[in-house]
Amino acid sequence: MGIPGQEKLWDKEEKGHRTYNDVRIFTDEQLNNYTEEELKSFKNKHEISMIEELEKGPWPSFVSDLKREALHRRKLGQDNLMIAQEVAEDLLGLMELSYKEGETHWKHGGIVGVLGYGGGVIGRYCDQQQKFPAIAHFHTVRVAQPGGKFYTTDYLRTFADIAEYRGSGITNLHGSTGDMVILGTFTDQLEPIFFDLTHDLGVDIGGSGSNLRTPSDCIGPARCEFACYDTLDMCYNLTMTYQDELHRPAFPYKFKFKFDGCPNGCVASIARSDMAFIGTWKDDIRINQDVVQEYVANKIPRDGGGMTGRDWGKFDIQAEVIDLCPTKCMQWDGKKLTINNAECNRCMHCINTMPEALRIGKDTGVSILLGAKAPILEGAQMSVLTIPFAYAKNPYDNIKNGVIGKIFDWWIEEGKNRERLGELIQRMGLKTLIEVLGIPAMPQMVKEPRSNPYVFFKEEEVPGGWTRDINEFRNRHPR
Amino acid sequence: MSKGKLGYYNPQKPQENRITDIGPVHYMQLLPPSLRKNYGKWVSHRVIEPGILMHVAESGDKVYSVRCGGARIMSVEHIREICDIADKFANGYVRWTTRNNVEFIVDSEQKAKDLKKELDSRKFVAGSFKFPVGGTGNCITNIVHTQGWIHCHTPATDASGPVKVVMDELFDYFKSMTLPAKLRISLACCLNMCGAVHCSDIAMLGYHRKPPLEDHEVLGKVCEIPLVVAACPLYAIKPITLEDGRKSVTVNKEKCMYCGNCYTMCLALPLADSEGDGVAILAGGKISNRINRPKFSKVIVPWLPNNRPRWPEVVSTIKRIVEVYAKEANKYERLGDWAERIGWERFFEKVGLEFSWHLLDDYRLAYDTFRTSTQFKYTDHAWAVSKAAGVI
Repeated sequence: MGIPGQEKLWDKEEKGHRTYNDVRIFTDEQLNNYTEEELKSFKNKHEISMIEELEKGPWPSFVSDLKREALHRRKLGQDNLMIAQEVAEDLLGLMELSYKEGETHWKHGGIVGVLGYGGGVIGRYCDQQQKFPAIAHFHTVRVAQPGGKFYTTDYLRTFADIAEYRGSGITNLHGSTGDMVILGTFTDQLEPIFFDLTHDLGVDIGGSGSNLRTPSDCIGPARCEFACYDTLDMCYNLTMTYQDELHRPAFPYKFKFKFDGCPNGCVASIARSDMAFIGTWKDDIRINQDVVQEYVANKIPRDGGGMTGRDWGKFDIQAEVIDLCPTKCMQWDGKKLTINNAECNRCMHCINTMPEALRIGKDTGVSILLGAKAPILEGAQMSVLTIPFAYAKNPYDNIKNGVIGKIFDWWIEEGKNRERLGELIQRMGLKTLIEVLGIPAMPQMVKEPRSNPYVFFKEEEVPGGWTRDINEFRNRHPR
Repeated sequence: MSKGKLGYYNPQKPQENRITDIGPVHYMQLLPPSLRKNYGKWVSHRVIEPGILMHVAESGDKVYSVRCGGARIMSVEHIREICDIADKFANGYVRWTTRNNVEFIVDSEQKAKDLKKELDSRKFVAGSFKFPVGGTGNCITNIVHTQGWIHCHTPATDASGPVKVVMDELFDYFKSMTLPAKLRISLACCLNMCGAVHCSDIAMLGYHRKPPLEDHEVLGKVCEIPLVVAACPLYAIKPITLEDGRKSVTVNKEKCMYCGNCYTMCLALPLADSEGDGVAILAGGKISNRINRPKFSKVIVPWLPNNRPRWPEVVSTIKRIVEVYAKEANKYERLGDWAERIGWERFFEKVGLEFSWHLLDDYRLAYDTFRTSTQFKYTDHAWAVSKAAGVI
């Protein structure tokens, strides 16, 4: 949405779209205020010889990058910055101290935020404030990332100005959950940053704490032929539907939606989200037999060209596709590839291996899996296949009403403090989950049937119920 | 435009002009026109060379994406340089991948190759690449990771530093496509795993080895004692009354597994310790459903020291695993698939890793990982058991 009525605010293809120049904070002179020579001779305020060892080697060095920011801030001067000019220099100094001592110097927590929201800002304070006053406060602002993490440079440059003018000028692109992260600012800048973000960028902040966390998606139909549904649209739609859950904590703990367009799982929803939407199909894999022949004749590189760095020999469709198929549902007779689609479990291997010959089916939707989380507390869990197939079409009311609403109600009612959905499922059982959702059990929910026979029955399932008369029993079985 | 300490914000009237609940900006306005035109109509893709992807649409349109790596922690100066490149080569559009890589989308193969050359030519003054092109196909792409000492209060190791030194060592694998399958590395600096490293081919995990200190001076004042007691998964924390009558808690050090969940609930129970903290290595996990199910990573090295600034023990261990895997695995075999095929005992032998008692699971459902079969391979580890038992 962005600012209501301004859904095309940044659209370069539209006349009158917003540009960086409309809202920029710094001038060109200010942005180009140092030379390469000055950068080479830059000396940080604090000694940082140990972390300067991390400037060596070919991989991009964050230390080199932070030094550049430190110099830029020094040249901008305090008058042009709303938090301390030395923030990057102090951060480098603090890192050096942590590298010397082998321990972090960030204090535990701190409740800060913007009016009316219970999330989106992470409070952070340094425990060496006298030595590093510029990072005494170093709060994080999580900014909602756009679907597919696509940007125009106008948008990014505006983000950069806000992050530098009111923050440290240091970011994460992106945080683990997916947000654009402004790393490090002072409490008095939180409201001004929020106003800049909402007014100038037209963007909201993301989730933190016991909220819905900022949902995230794979690149989906924007540039991938494997997208079984519109991950960007669904992510956006659900994010907007659940804005209240995202900003105002009402949950037992964090809750994550992630949207993977296919079973390859580029956004790792199956491992990282309480509710994972993974694209799938229910008709047949589309085969272009002519192109299969081209693969067999070695005219097209296997695996989308991703294996060309090494000589793996001539492509052997039997060994590399047919025999590796987990369900053995494919056949190759030397001329024609056939698939017994009813037996296919849509693992993607054949499609990944010959993407120009094979395509996902046309009747597509999502599988919904529930309960993934990292190890704290009961151990790591992946999400459980719960809804095998759902159509995923805007406005997604079938999924919101049929699944999400019921899950939120159950978890808010029954979940203990800091209990993730997966832990609630573990504690109360899949059998409770399916009652909540009003769905029958299916063998697809388990890897294999239970091996212990401790089966609970409901009283109404047992003729006569559980109320029995001991005297009547003793009539038949004397003591 | 926003200027001054308060910008658009008026503290006297905090609700004035406040905009809330607007969510992210709509993605469609940020897509390059070539992607809007072919949205949902893609047919196939091909990696032309390391770092350059070609996608083909039903319309016959082809788009070329150039992918480069980078540090996830990124200054705005770096972002502006990315914008300069995007303005020059890609009509002012750019995107990030889910693994912290940057992608520029152009409309011809030649432009893609020119851009690759440009990106590979840019270096920081100290010498590292700014935008190394790669990260496609069967490579080791960028490491997803957490904050570490740069911003977090619970880490048992740094994040950006170990990532940098590991990627330095594996740089050629980022730039090429020589591996049997994709190999995904991740890092989480404590068990909270903001980076969700539990399903990676190789994972680095910051790990504490000392139970929390008890800061009795403030504990009763700053922490909710019942919540702290309930936070411990091993019931190792109990409430106590100090001699002077104040309330606090005590930790049973024999029971503690240093998970830090109590510290999350209570700042008076810090765990960080330079001698205790280090890095565990996990391996064999994956996310993809390709060929077989997603898998958890398994702990293969319980602890390595935080040997700063370049973690040589961590780097050499990971390098060794990658090299043996690259040499021994069959094509399409992920690291975990390979280890399962040859058997984990053979994995430990080939990679030359100790199998110490720490690797025997003793948490919930541990029995599920025990081998209840006579199917095994003889390795030195096996002979050592028979000898130690005095039965051979």
